[in-house]
Amino acid sequence: MDLELSDDQVSLRDGIQALLAGRFDMERVRTGFDRAMYDELAEAGVFSLISDGFVWADAAIVFEQLGEFCVPGPLVTCAITGECASHVETSTVAIEHVSTVDYVYQIADTVTRAPASSFSGVASDWPLDPLTPILKVGSGVFGESVGDAELAQAFRRRGTVLTAAFQLGMAQRLTTMTVDYAKSRVQFDRPIGSFQAIKHLLADMVVRNEVARAAVYAAAAHLDEPDESGLDRTIAVAKVLAGEAAVVNGKTATQVHGGMGYTWEVDVHLYLKRAWLLETHFGSAESRCDDLAAILSA
Amino acid sequence: MELRYSEAEESFRATLREWLEHSLPAVPPQPSREDWVARRQWDADWQRRLFDGGYAGLNWPKEYGGQGATPTEQLIFFEETAKARAPYVGANFVGTLHAGPTLIEEGTGAQKAAHLPNILRGDEIWCQGFSEPGAGSDLAGLRTRADRDGDDYVLNGQKIWCSFGQIADVGEFLVRTDPDAPKNRGISWLILPMDLPGIEIRPIKTALGSSEFCEVFLTDVRVPVSQRVGAENDGWRVTNVTLKYERGTAFVSELIDSLRLCRDAAKLTSDAAHLRELGHCYAAFDGLWSLTKRNVSQTSRGTAGAGGMVIKLAYSEARQRFGELCLRMLERDGLHIEGNELVEERLRTLALTIAAGASQIQRNIISERVLGLPREPR
Ligand SMILES: Cc1cc2nc3c(=O)[nH]c(=O)nc-3n(C[C@H](O)[C@H](O)[C@H](O)COP(=O)(O)OP(=O)(O)OC[C@H]3O[C@@H](n4cnc5c(N)ncnc54)[C@H](O)[C@@H]3O)c2cc1C
Repeated sequence: MDLELSDDQVSLRDGIQALLAGRFDMERVRTGFDRAMYDELAEAGVFSLISDGFVWADAAIVFEQLGEFCVPGPLVTCAITGECASHVETSTVAIEHVSTVDYVYQIADTVTRAPASSFSGVASDWPLDPLTPILKVGSGVFGESVGDAELAQAFRRRGTVLTAAFQLGMAQRLTTMTVDYAKSRVQFDRPIGSFQAIKHLLADMVVRNEVARAAVYAAAAHLDEPDESGLDRTIAVAKVLAGEAAVVNGKTATQVHGGMGYTWEVDVHLYLKRAWLLETHFGSAESRCDDLAAILSA
Repeated sequence: MELRYSEAEESFRATLREWLEHSLPAVPPQPSREDWVARRQWDADWQRRLFDGGYAGLNWPKEYGGQGATPTEQLIFFEETAKARAPYVGANFVGTLHAGPTLIEEGTGAQKAAHLPNILRGDEIWCQGFSEPGAGSDLAGLRTRADRDGDDYVLNGQKIWCSFGQIADVGEFLVRTDPDAPKNRGISWLILPMDLPGIEIRPIKTALGSSEFCEVFLTDVRVPVSQRVGAENDGWRVTNVTLKYERGTAFVSELIDSLRLCRDAAKLTSDAAHLRELGHCYAAFDGLWSLTKRNVSQTSRGTAGAGGMVIKLAYSEARQRFGELCLRMLERDGLHIEGNELVEERLRTLALTIAAGASQIQRNIISERVLGLPREPR
């Protein structure tokens, strides 16, 4: 039993971190997701980890780093489908990244898909997450069947774990950013990080990260086990805790940055908005709590 | 990352399960909360069973009669005993988990010989006399004096919140041996036999209506200097040597219990809002259980993360949220405590965010030690 990274996993994490730090600074991230970015990430192996011999626990480590850097794009969908694709679950009122991807998948009771070019509608000129373009469509026809309920379940499990890992990374980076700010911003002749009201907000960010990290790693490692008993429970727990960590840390980060936190220039809002967006992927914290209650009552 | 336990660990688990299955039927029913004579006996009997079964002093080194178990074995021990609903450590808490390890690290040969075997066998119950009316979170501000008189210290002062004080044989006491030194420099750590003349113990009634802790009044109590552990005025450091016995397993039993109680509570309601909040509580406990395992993984490698600091804080708050939910779910069925574990637990867990480091203090510690933020006044 070991919920800490192995030496190989530490190297994997450091490798992807170095790659992202070198090529995906916020200036680039702010330009949004495009084909060049997809190709670069694909070349780095981000979307083919499992076929390249890595396990889901490794994939979670990589997606945690992608989250730290707030890398835009339907990265999780690309990784689970092996295509340049975004996805919807039940509702098709808003589709992400339609103009960049090849396919839009629907991961519901079964898995279906349609070429992205087959969707028409109105492109939002003011999307919630500025780095996630939204096409507003009345309905969509996912004509092509890709897989049955079993594949849908597998996609949902993997997608949930990778999304949670991404949310975890965002929660962690929000913490680092905010702690740095609290140490340097001076008011009343001292760093605001010396005020207990601020220290306690920051301590709570750490608490959320630590618990979420353990839950995400446990869920990812469980995906690699043949024994599926308890798997959906572990995965739901990871999604609840990582989703909350990202959203609540995003709100805390805004507060601690003061007026700067409400600006376009400071990166906090980009993280918070992505965190909100990812709450609509693979079950919000609330719906995942409902799932857990259903498992408990069963 | 690896979820599976090693073969050796699985065999430790299997042997333990078998032992529990065999031993638990012989354990008599738990005595009532206020029957202190019977409670002491019951806790001591369980410790004796652990001793006979080869499970006493799990994390103590073998040379002192312990088992020298690995952190993972300790985790498994707490997990399995909680799942089997075996007795909790109870009155053996201070002796086995704090005073014993302190003596192992800092005690003289004579002190070790006098106490360690007794603690392991359940023959000696310890209490902790640290807190005072004027020294809670700011423990280093304690004022109970120990004035040197020949080969004795003469103690005068008052301790408070001393759990199990009414049944303890011995106490680990922090006293001020140098009133002029800076706060945490003039403190010494003493072994205090609780039957010495001049010690008066008065139980305090808790919000639960029971008497879990006591006030201890010390009036001209003479204690031989040979009862001091560590150097004079070095008591602050001595109290912290047990940190290395901390393997992040402190809340395993509580977490396993909490997960069980969540399953029980799911049967109480069909209200969607309650169920959602229950799922939320379950997520918090399950996440903390994973964090506990991650912590143990780190301890096993000789590293330490922030987990240990996080678990106490997050667990106690999650547990209170859960207790609150239970009261709402029970509605008017929750208006009596007897036979209502969930109500009793709601009251008991009020203390979790206060005892052993209040939540505010825990947040100070995390923000300073993990994040390196400026320190509070001390
Ligand atoms: C059930 C139970 C069992 C116990 N058993 C024992 C025992 O066996 N032996 C023993 O010695 N002690 C024992 N204690 C005492 C326990 O350790 C103290 O209660 C605890 O350290 C808090 O001290 P206090 O009660 O004096 O509260 P205070 O220190 O007065 O705190 C009151 C409030 O002020 C806050 N506060 C204090 N300082 C700060 C600060 N710097 N920043 C922000 N907020 C602050 C606290 O968080 C708290 O909310 C026990 C307590 C309980 C509840």
